[in-house]
Amino acid sequence: MSTLRALLANPKARAGLVILGLIFLAALLGPLFTPDPLAYLGDPLEPPSAEHLLGTTGQGQDVLAQTLVGARLTLAVGLATGLLVVLIGALVGGAAGYFGGKVDDLLTLFLNVFLVMPGLPLMVVLAAWLPPGPVTMMGVMVVTGWAWNARVLRSQVLALRRKDFVAAAVVSGEPAWRVVVVEILPNMASLLASAFIGATVYAIGAQVGLEFLGLGDLSIVTWGTNLYWATNDAALMTGSWWTFVPTGLGIALTGFGLTLVSFGLDEVTNPRLAATRHISGPPVSTPVTHLGDTSDSTGGRA
Amino acid sequence: MSALGAVRGSAGFLLRRLGFYALAGWVALTLNFLIPRLMPGDPATTMFARFQGELEPEAIDALREAFGLTDAPIWIQYLQYLEALSRGELGISVAYFPSPVSEVIGVALLWTVFLAGVAVIISFALGTALGALAAWRRNGLLDSITPPLLSFIGAFPYFWLAMAAAWILGFQLGWFPLRHAHDAGLDPAFTGEFLYSVASHAVLPAGTMVLASLGGWLLGMRNTMVGVLGEDFITYARARGLPEGRIWLHYAVRNAMMPNLTSFGMALGFVLSGALLTEIVFAYPGQGYLLINAVRAQDYPLMQGLFLTITVAVLGANWLVDLVTVVLDPRSRT
Repeated sequence: MSTLRALLANPKARAGLVILGLIFLAALLGPLFTPDPLAYLGDPLEPPSAEHLLGTTGQGQDVLAQTLVGARLTLAVGLATGLLVVLIGALVGGAAGYFGGKVDDLLTLFLNVFLVMPGLPLMVVLAAWLPPGPVTMMGVMVVTGWAWNARVLRSQVLALRRKDFVAAAVVSGEPAWRVVVVEILPNMASLLASAFIGATVYAIGAQVGLEFLGLGDLSIVTWGTNLYWATNDAALMTGSWWTFVPTGLGIALTGFGLTLVSFGLDEVTNPRLAATRHISGPPVSTPVTHLGDTSDSTGGRA
Repeated sequence: MSALGAVRGSAGFLLRRLGFYALAGWVALTLNFLIPRLMPGDPATTMFARFQGELEPEAIDALREAFGLTDAPIWIQYLQYLEALSRGELGISVAYFPSPVSEVIGVALLWTVFLAGVAVIISFALGTALGALAAWRRNGLLDSITPPLLSFIGAFPYFWLAMAAAWILGFQLGWFPLRHAHDAGLDPAFTGEFLYSVASHAVLPAGTMVLASLGGWLLGMRNTMVGVLGEDFITYARARGLPEGRIWLHYAVRNAMMPNLTSFGMALGFVLSGALLTEIVFAYPGQGYLLINAVRAQDYPLMQGLFLTITVAVLGANWLVDLVTVVLDPRSRT
């Protein structure tokens, strides 16, 4: 819990949490005050006015309502996928790092194959054969996204595996799954947290990208389908910036907020990266490897 | 290590990597074979849904045959699939019927490799250099402004930045062309006019891709560099009174670059995915543009052909990165 308190004291993390809090609040409560996002309310492609604060889409729908409602499903799917990706990553990475030897070689080979394959084309091929919708979306993002976290978490499990307290647990006869879940994983909580953040950023980006391609369920309102309809209704050719700017800002602010929290987490757990030279905050038990440090900066790019 | 040993070591490393890429390639083409056959429903019915009512059942059967979706046992289908692939056949496109997929993909692949290649190299070089400078002048102007700014820009989807740039710089100001890879009136040739047209059409798509990916390289390099600068050998170099520039370049940058270079190979996949979506915004005639046409027309053979060729391109690029690593980092030669 001391890490959590240090995190709340970190200015970057605090800024990130405030941004995220505002976005979640807007997604949760905002739609109570806006009209039905799918209803045809006015002339198409009207610029922002008092009646429609952010204008209307190419089909005369309220852009503000679409932006707020779209946040709900996009964020829910993003967070759920992030959680699933970390869970699978922890299981595969934990098994590889804990058992070592042949198991590790095989699992590492397997995850390296998935790492080197480009994600988007594989996601497209998978999503195109499946019925469109949030569940398909989550499935294909998990298939293409689990490997990065598995790799980062594996190297940390490998390092912790050599610690005395793990050896003590093994000698006392605890089964392997218990050693990994009860002894090792809690000791890398901050790494798991930044892996979750990275995976969520990835999931939001990938989801928006797939829906932009037209592979989502086009009858529901998400940030991705908002951008799909904006291009389909010739937003660029007509210069109607209001149809794609609000959604883009929403995506970017969410990603930026998450990244800020992740930076804060890095600084708290790895004092060398902190802005000031002297070590502030309580000592932290988990040593973070370099691989862990760079995980969110490279892993989040989708 | 003797010179001969070093050469043998590098050859072994490169061969091992080649073996790995061959394995990855095999996994990709097997996935490509299995995905349609493992999905719910009959792949042929799904694939030819758009032809229902237009074609006679016999014609559908002929199409099944042509796409390799026969009633033969699955391993025979697999062997036929591998045999067709070895001849470079990827099936027939539905959207560009009756053109073969390999023909449709051919030229488009070159445009994508050109666009994504230029963007990745500029972004990597610029980001690494800026990261190295930021870490060197800790808490200086560059270090305090660029990382948060670029992280914010990097949080936008690639294609959204492309839309914003197209709207402001292309539509409003008219500085750069909005669509396509070159002026429609020009035939591809090595003339100054054509090359200028290609370059001006590439500025917006490549520029937005650089902008979106710059932050990742900068931060990766900065953070590794901060770690390296804390090492004892840097303190020792300082104690020996070496010039600062020499410590920066030969001691810090060279050591800190390796993790960035290693992630270069893996980032290629991400950047390429971004490039595909960026192409769509600019109607750039590359793989991404084909991809959206394939999705719109439910052209499964084309989608799968794109998946295969893009994967092979990424694997090849990774191997090139390995070659560079061997040249720059002696430790990889063992």
